[in-house]
Order: sequence, then structure tokens, then C-alpha cells
Amino acid sequence: MLEVEGLSAWYGASHALQSVAFGVAEGEILCLLGRNGAGKTTTLKAIMGLMPRRAGSVRFRGEEVLQRPPEARFHLGLAYVPEERRIVPGLTVRENLRLGLIAARNRQDEARALDRIAETFPRLRERLDQQASTMSGGEQQMLAIARALMAEPRLLMLDEPSEGIMPVLVDEMFDLFARLRRDGTTLLLVEQNVELALNLADRAVVLDQGEVVHRAAAAELLADAEVQARYCAV
Amino acid sequence: MVDYPLDLLALQVFAGLALGAVYVLLALGLSLIFGMLGVVNFAHGALFALGAYVGVFLLGTGWNFWAALVAVPLAVGAAGLLVERFLVRPLYGRPVDDPLLLTFGLAYVVVEAIRIVFGKQPEPVETPELLAGAVFIGVGYFPLYRVFLIGVAALVVLALWLLLERTRWGLILRAGARDPTILRVLGVDVGRVWLLVFGLGTGLAGLAGWLAAPLQGAAPEMGVPVLAEAFVVTVVGGMGSLLGAVVAGLLVGVTYSMTSLLAPEMAKVSIFALMAVVLLLRPQGLFGRPGGLMA
Ligand SMILES: Nc1ncnc2c1ncn2[C@@H]1O[C@H](COP(=O)(O)OP(=O)(O)O)[C@@H](O)[C@H]1O
Ligand SMILES: [Mg+2]
Repeated sequence: MLEVEGLSAWYGASHALQSVAFGVAEGEILCLLGRNGAGKTTTLKAIMGLMPRRAGSVRFRGEEVLQRPPEARFHLGLAYVPEERRIVPGLTVRENLRLGLIAARNRQDEARALDRIAETFPRLRERLDQQASTMSGGEQQMLAIARALMAEPRLLMLDEPSEGIMPVLVDEMFDLFARLRRDGTTLLLVEQNVELALNLADRAVVLDQGEVVHRAAAAELLADAEVQARYCAV
Repeated sequence: MVDYPLDLLALQVFAGLALGAVYVLLALGLSLIFGMLGVVNFAHGALFALGAYVGVFLLGTGWNFWAALVAVPLAVGAAGLLVERFLVRPLYGRPVDDPLLLTFGLAYVVVEAIRIVFGKQPEPVETPELLAGAVFIGVGYFPLYRVFLIGVAALVVLALWLLLERTRWGLILRAGARDPTILRVLGVDVGRVWLLVFGLGTGLAGLAGWLAAPLQGAAPEMGVPVLAEAFVVTVVGGMGSLLGAVVAGLLVGVTYSMTSLLAPEMAKVSIFALMAVVLLLRPQGLFGRPGGLMA
């Protein structure tokens, strides 16, 4: 589904990613781990096309997309929920959801997509006409995920979705991720909550200082206290 | 102070609203472009003049006022599309003074081009026959053309409001004013949105220029004072706020018109005094909010 090879990215002159390589197979959940500043967010941004200075190769569903703008990657079925969520203030929950489908090729199904999302996210259904910015952090995170799902992406990338969110909502969210995988959506998950993430994921890739330092099956890494302590301690 | 009859004052308020209507059209364009693109368009006044001259040119080739009223905003808007595509776009991501200097320079180029083509002498523009004369508006007779001006501005405001609040495009604009990056992630070609916004804003400047022509004629430098006043309007209303552009446009028009009656020598100064007072009380302007389009 996604093959990243020799991916480098820079902020100005500072080399934030150094030849990162990994792949995500269709239907799996891959979690990307690493300390603060390891380069996880930068990796997702580079895959989405938000890093102006980048080099290497990003192939998504067989197409090389490194030089293509974010909107082109969206149309191929790539979705990204950034760590700051980016709920648009001044818009209602419904309007934020509509944004998720606003550029999609077949927009006739907006009503159907809204129904589908409202069913998956009962908390949002009650708040459709509320200003999005008045919701709690957890609800806003749910909205950001729901918005990304409006267009039924093939691969959903999530950057620390559980950060700063009530445990009840985190459980709900991870249940949702498991359901998404069952229904055929592939997930690339960045998490600080290592145990939770490894319990859900199929495989893990660990980054440190902008480089891949470890790859393993999730269950294997879950049992590997040493690697966890070395690269994932907060 | 001299006593003025109430109906004279009321008529003067109307005159202010008509003047304000021109400001509203200009300030809406400035605010749209600033709110979406973050570009302060110093060429707005020159495009206002260009609108008047495109109309003069069309009249010269046998068109009538009404046909020109449709064609002028389209022509000036098309010029705006070219300016955004080839001049402003390469400057995105550069310091804000780069596009500012560019549009500042462009204003001189446009005004000089008008002088070369049409000469330095102002061109009188006749009020269309249908709108000549005066109409009774309750408190007295008022020039019909000015009523028309207020009506056109009201229609434009209504159309823009419907566009923003009721259409898919409007939702893109409202979101894009807040967070263009998330729009890109959601598949929107933001570059195209900016292009069209620039065309829309400059088209409104052209429309305002042609509408103002029957009042004052067309002159190459007609955009200079008007641009200063339109900036006062956007600052009073709040940079980037469309509601602010409407309210402040009318407020500035009425202020100008009332002081021209009561203390003519203070008229120009009065609107800057109004701006100073608003800035002291509300530095972000009446309806200003960082990155906010339409309250
Ligand atoms: N906008 C930025 N400008 C400059 N440097 C940045 C920026 N964002 C992140 N960095 C740097 O890039 C490196 C990787 O950051 P990031 O990808 O955000 O890490 P993570 O998401 O794993 O915490 C860090 O050293 C960080 O300081
Ligand atoms: Mg991060």
C-alpha cells in the first residue's frame, strides 16, 4: 500500500529525516514509535506532502507521489489527522465534516457519508450544529478523525490521536481503529502510548534522531523491554 | 453652530451611504484578498481606475453603460487573475513586504499605462439616461444614480453572503481563511482558490471604478485618494472581516459626507480621526479577528 524509501526531509538546513525506509501493507496497522523529536511527525508530513524540502521515494498504491502536492495524495486515498487536529474554528461540526468530502470526486453521497459518520461517532451526531471549537479536546480529536474518514480513505495516518484525551475516549478511539482495520482501512499510527499502540498494531517501526532504528512485529516489541526503554521512553 | 434642517441632514446621510457603497465594494475586495491570501493589495486603487477606463473605452466603441457594467468587472477580474498567477504567486511564502512592494509598484505601472493610452486629462462619464434625475425618498429629492449605487452594493453584499454561507465554494473560502493547510490535506487545490479570490476581489474594484465614474468622471489617479479611504475602511472594520468592510464602509461614507456639510475643511481629516478613535478603543477594528472571514 505504502512504500517509503530513502526518505529525507529538512527544516531549513536542519536534516530532520535521514533516509527513512519502511512499508505499510494493505489492511494492517503499523505504529511508528520514538521519543519526542525523533521525527515521527515529520515522517507523516513528508508522506502527506507537507515538507517543502524532501528527497527519496514515497510510493502510494503503486504511484510515486514524492513530487506531488498533498491534494493529489488525498485523491489517491491518503488521509492525515495532524497532531494539532486542525478543527477549523468558526465552523460547525457539520461544516467541518463536510470539508472532509468537499474535494472528493463523487460528492453526491454527502448525505450518506454524514449518516455513516454519525452512526460511527454517536457523540458527534448530537452536536452536528454546534460550533466545533466549543467541544472538548477529545471530541475535537474524534471530529478530526471523522472528517478524515468522510472520503473513505485507503490509508489513514494519525499523529498521536490519544494525546491529552480522557481514557474513556481513548478506549473508544482504539476500538474504532480495530474496527476500521477489520473493514479494510490501513492505518499508520504515531503514538506516545506505547503499550496501547503495540497491543493494537500488527507491526512497529521505531525512529530515533530521524532514522529508523528498529523494526519488529508489535507483539515482539511489546515483549522487548530493552528496545522500548532505549528508544521509546518519554 | 448653524442650524441645519433635519431633512437636509437626512439627505446628507443618504449621500454618505452612496459614497459608502463605493467604499464597501472596494473594501470587500481588499478584505477578501487580505483575509484569504494575506496580501495587502496596493494596486486596488489603480484597478479601480482601470475599471473606469475600461468602461470609458467600451462606451467609445459603442457599448452602453449597462453592457459595460457587466463587462468591466469581468475584464478587471481577468486582469487580476493574470496578476495573481504571474506576479503574486511566485511571492507566496516570502516576507509580507514582497507582495506589498509588488502591488505598490504595479499600481504605478497601471496608472502610467492609463495615462499613455487615454491621456492625462480626466474623461467625463455621463450618467446613464435611465438613472438621470432625482427621486423622492421621503425626506427630499435624491439623485437616482446614487440610489442605484446603494442598491448595487447591497446586491453585491447579498450575493457574497449567499456565496459564503450557502455554497460549497463559500465553505472552502471560510475554511481557507483560517487554515489553508488542512484544506490541502483534504484535497483542495488551494492555489486555485487563491487565484479565484484575487480575481473576485479585483473584479469588485473594477466594478466600483465604473460605478464611481458617472459621479466624478474618470481620471488616471482617481484611485489614489479612494485607496487611502478604502484602507481606512478595512482598518476600521477589521482587516479581513467582510461584515466589517460593509459596516465601516457605510460609516466612513456617512462620516465623510456629514463633515463635508458641517465643516467641509475637516472632511478628509474626519475619517482618519474616526480610524484613530476606533484603533484606540478596538485595535483589531470593529469586527476584526485574526484570520477571520465574515463574522
Ligand atoms: N517546524 C519546525 N522547524 C524546525 N525544526 C522542526 C520543526 N518541527 C520539528 N522540528 C525538529 O525536527 C525534529 C523532528 O521533529 P518531529 O518530527 O516533530 O518529532 P516527533 O513528532 O517524533 O516528536 C526535531 O528535532 C524537531 O525539533
Ligand atoms: Mg510529533
